[in-house]
Amino acid sequence: MIASTFVDALRFIGDNPGLLLHLTAAHLELSLTALGIALVLALPLGLWLGHRHRGLFLALGVSSVGRALPSLVLIAFMTLTPLGIGFWNNTLALTVLAIPSILTNAYFGIVGVDRDVVEAARGMGLSERQILFRVELPLGLPLVMAGIRIAAIFVIATATIAAIAGGGGLGEIIVDQASYGLSGVIGAALCVSALTLVAAVLLTLLQRAASRRPEPNA
Amino acid sequence: MSILAAGPVIPNFGSGSKCEQTGGWWCTDWLRAHWGDTLQPALVQHIELSLIAVGIGFAIALALALLGFRFAVLDAPFGAFADFLYTIPSLALFQLLVPITGLTVTTVEVALVGYTLLILYRNTVAGLRSVPAEALEAARGMGLTRTQTFLRVELPLAVPAIVAGLRLAAVSTISIATVAALVIPEGLGRPIFVALEQDLFKTEILAAGGLAIALALVADALLVVAQRALTPWSRA
Repeated sequence: MIASTFVDALRFIGDNPGLLLHLTAAHLELSLTALGIALVLALPLGLWLGHRHRGLFLALGVSSVGRALPSLVLIAFMTLTPLGIGFWNNTLALTVLAIPSILTNAYFGIVGVDRDVVEAARGMGLSERQILFRVELPLGLPLVMAGIRIAAIFVIATATIAAIAGGGGLGEIIVDQASYGLSGVIGAALCVSALTLVAAVLLTLLQRAASRRPEPNA
Repeated sequence: MSILAAGPVIPNFGSGSKCEQTGGWWCTDWLRAHWGDTLQPALVQHIELSLIAVGIGFAIALALALLGFRFAVLDAPFGAFADFLYTIPSLALFQLLVPITGLTVTTVEVALVGYTLLILYRNTVAGLRSVPAEALEAARGMGLTRTQTFLRVELPLAVPAIVAGLRLAAVSTISIATVAALVIPEGLGRPIFVALEQDLFKTEILAAGGLAIALALVADALLVVAQRALTPWSRA
């Protein structure tokens, strides 16, 4: 009986490639938009605070508040904003969820760079901007990239829940057993799991590639 | 369309006060009337679901961590398995377990326990590994056996890392347990889903969501206190 449920689920996937591809595209559109906004907001701030050795309190505070916020609660809260129900309320919720690990890891990646190295670069007459981009960022890159990877996987996984607030994506099928049946729900659950696993593997490879070049290219 | 798991029907708000009928932001009369039949039971269920999950998850992670610590070969596969579980979206994992364990608390607990494993396993192993060589040297000098060294030196020194893992696991379990309401009519996710379906009743969403956040913060604070009590030597 269990096996047949999963066979039916695979059959559902085989029978509905168009629908699943469409929802996968919507899923990625939502996730990547949120991730993009979070990167634009949190990455420069984290790098800059790390460079100035300021804002430890902010970095720690953002990460602990971020952790205490249940994703589903945040998604539900965002339905009450003037953004209404659809794409942007969910984008905002996922952006908020992506910010902590990007900001905190960027901050700690840069703060952790050996101060002697930074002083040496300063002694060589590099500007603050050059120090950040040619010395600190290459050295702190593994941690900075780890933050981006964690945020990306978290956002793609959590975008599934966005379906309860009109976010579209593969969660749409999972929360609508009345229309798609159990085989549809299981099929979509398999698809979204595969999607997050593929994303996790790609991001891990990307992170490894980025950290393979430890020497600053000054 | 109904996104709700089967369960008791929450009374409708048509007969409520003006605040309820207009879907007010904070209807105190609704809160007073439904604390006892909606919010409080959901909160208690939520605490139960989370406690059981973190408890079982901790026991399994501790056993795995001991193995992974003692036999380094096992560390990579255990870590990879925990990573793999953590990547699967909660909503999907709950549904994937339904054909196997049904619309039951077991389904929810299996998934919640799975999610705690990554954090608890990694933190426990990291904590045990971080014990300084001098401490182990001293233990050997004092003639402690392998088991004594583990129980009296390695384990106590790993407590801060283990508790750090428990804090993360508790907070993330409380978060994921809200999603469980899609499978079983329990926990603080339940009133949130009900409110989402009933034209976004703001009071209910804010109250249940606020309780979930408060629960996470309280659990985190309690574990900090527990850590201080367990490691009196680390008090500055």
